[in-house]
Amino acid sequence: MNLFVQGILWVLNPAHYGGVDGIDTRVGQHLLISLGVLVVASIIAIPLGYVIGHTGRGRSLAIGASGAIRALPTLGLLIIIALIVNVGLLAPFIALVVLAIPSILAGAYSGFEAVDRRAIDAARAVGMTEFQIVGRVEIPLGLPLLIGGLRTASLQVIATATLADYVGGGGLGHFIFAGVKTNDYPQMLAGSIIVILLAILSEVLFSSVQRLVIPAGVTAGRPQDVRVKSPRSRTALG
Amino acid sequence: MIEFRGVTKQFPDGTLAVKDFSLVLPSRKTTVLVGSSGSGKTTLLRMINRMVDPSSGYIEIDGEDTSHLEPVALRRRIGYVMQNSGLLPHLKVIDNVATVPVLNGVAKKQARADALHLLDTVGLDRTLADRYPSQLSGGQQQRVGVARGLAADPNILLMDEPFGAVDPIVRAELQTELIRLQRELDKTVVFVTHDIDEAFLLGDQVVILEKGGRIAQVGSPAEILAAPANEFVATFIGADKGKRALSIRNTPTGDILVDSEGRPAGVLVGETDVVAR
Repeated sequence: MNLFVQGILWVLNPAHYGGVDGIDTRVGQHLLISLGVLVVASIIAIPLGYVIGHTGRGRSLAIGASGAIRALPTLGLLIIIALIVNVGLLAPFIALVVLAIPSILAGAYSGFEAVDRRAIDAARAVGMTEFQIVGRVEIPLGLPLLIGGLRTASLQVIATATLADYVGGGGLGHFIFAGVKTNDYPQMLAGSIIVILLAILSEVLFSSVQRLVIPAGVTAGRPQDVRVKSPRSRTALG
Repeated sequence: MIEFRGVTKQFPDGTLAVKDFSLVLPSRKTTVLVGSSGSGKTTLLRMINRMVDPSSGYIEIDGEDTSHLEPVALRRRIGYVMQNSGLLPHLKVIDNVATVPVLNGVAKKQARADALHLLDTVGLDRTLADRYPSQLSGGQQQRVGVARGLAADPNILLMDEPFGAVDPIVRAELQTELIRLQRELDKTVVFVTHDIDEAFLLGDQVVILEKGGRIAQVGSPAEILAAPANEFVATFIGADKGKRALSIRNTPTGDILVDSEGRPAGVLVGETDVVAR
C-alpha cells in the first residue's frame, strides 16, 4: 500500500512535469502513438473487413490469420522488426498496428454479418447498387460492432504501447523501463498508473461512442420504448 | 406485358427450380403464381427483376429482353414488395418509402413530400411518417412496404408473399386494400403466394405451379374452379372437398348452399347467369 501511495505521489509531483521526460510530454507521445496506430490499422483493416463482410468471401482465412496474429508475442515481434528497421518509433508502430488489426477486422466484418439478410436483399431488390448497399445499409447498421472492435484494439494498443520505449520509441514505457534500470519502484508504478488511467479513459470514450452510433430505429422498437414514448396512434390502421 | 420464354433455372447446388417455363403475363392485370414450396414461384418472380438470372431462356418486358438491361436500372423501375416488409430498420418510414426516388436522383425534400402522399394511398396515417419500422405493427409495416414498392411509380409491381406473415384479419384487410389500389393504379402485378384463396381473390390470371415450375393450369379463377385441368389442380384448389364443393339444399325456409360436410355455407342470392344444364 505504501508503495502504491508513493506511486501516486510520484504522478502528482510537479517536478515530474515539463521537459522531455515530463509526464505531460510522455502522455502526449503515448496518445499520439496509440492514435496513429489505430488510424493506420483502421485504414488497413476496415476496408478489408467490409469486403469480407459484404461478399462473405475470405472469412475463414481472415479468422485463421487473425488468430495467428493474435498469438504473436508483441515483444518478440517488436524486437524482430527493430532488428530489421532499426530502433526508433517505426518498429513499435508496426508491431502495434499488427496487434490492432485483428480486433478491428473482426469488428468490421462481424458488423456486416449481423445485418439482417432480408434488409440487404430488399435493398438490392429495390435497386441499390452494391456500393449503395454497403454505404447506406451495411455501414450504418454494422457501426456499433465496428466501434466495439476499435474499442478492444484501442485498449490493447494503449496498454502495449508501453513497449515502444523499449526500442527508444518514446511514450509512457519510459517511466517503467527507467524505473527498472534504477530500481525506482514508485516511478515504475507511476508509469503503470497513468497507462491504466488512459486505458479507462479509452473505454469510457468508446463505450459512449458505441451507444451513440446505434441507429435510432434499432433501439426504437424495444418494448419499453413503445410503451413509454410512442403509444400506438389511434388513427392508424392495421 | 411480361413474357417468359423457355426459362430454366438451375442453382449452383444442382437444384432445378424452374424447367422450361413459358408464360405471358398481361399488362395491367394481376397474375398470381401459386404453388407449394419448391414450386419455383419465388424464383420465377425474382427472375423478372433479375434478382435471379435464368440459366437458359429469357424474359421480355414489353418486348425487351431483360438480359440486355442493366439489373440496377431495371429494379428501380419495378416495384418490389416482400414478406416481412424488408424495410431498412435504421430509416424512418418516410425515408424507407422515399428510398427508390432518392436513388433515382429526386431531391430528398420532394421525395419525402411524395412519400407522404403514398402513405395516404396505402391507407397509413401521416403521423407514422417519423416512426421507425420496428415501432409499427406487422400490417402497418407491410403497407409501408407496398408504399415503397409504388414510390417510383413503376408499371410493374412484384409481390412475394407480402401478406404471408400477418394474422388472418389483417391479411384480409390488406388484400381488400390491394384490390382497391389495383383498381386505382392499374399496375401489372405479379403476386406470389401459397394460399389458393388469396390467389383466387386477387388474381385476374392464376397460374398453378407444380414442382419445378411446371404449369399445372393457367386461367381465370372461374375457369380453374369450373374445370380443373387435372387431379393435381383439383386437389390443390380443394374442388372436391370442404367449402369449395357446395351444393344446393332445399330447406323449408328456402334454398341454401351447403359444403361437402353438409354444413350451411351461404345462400343463393339473385338469379344465376348460367342456364341450368
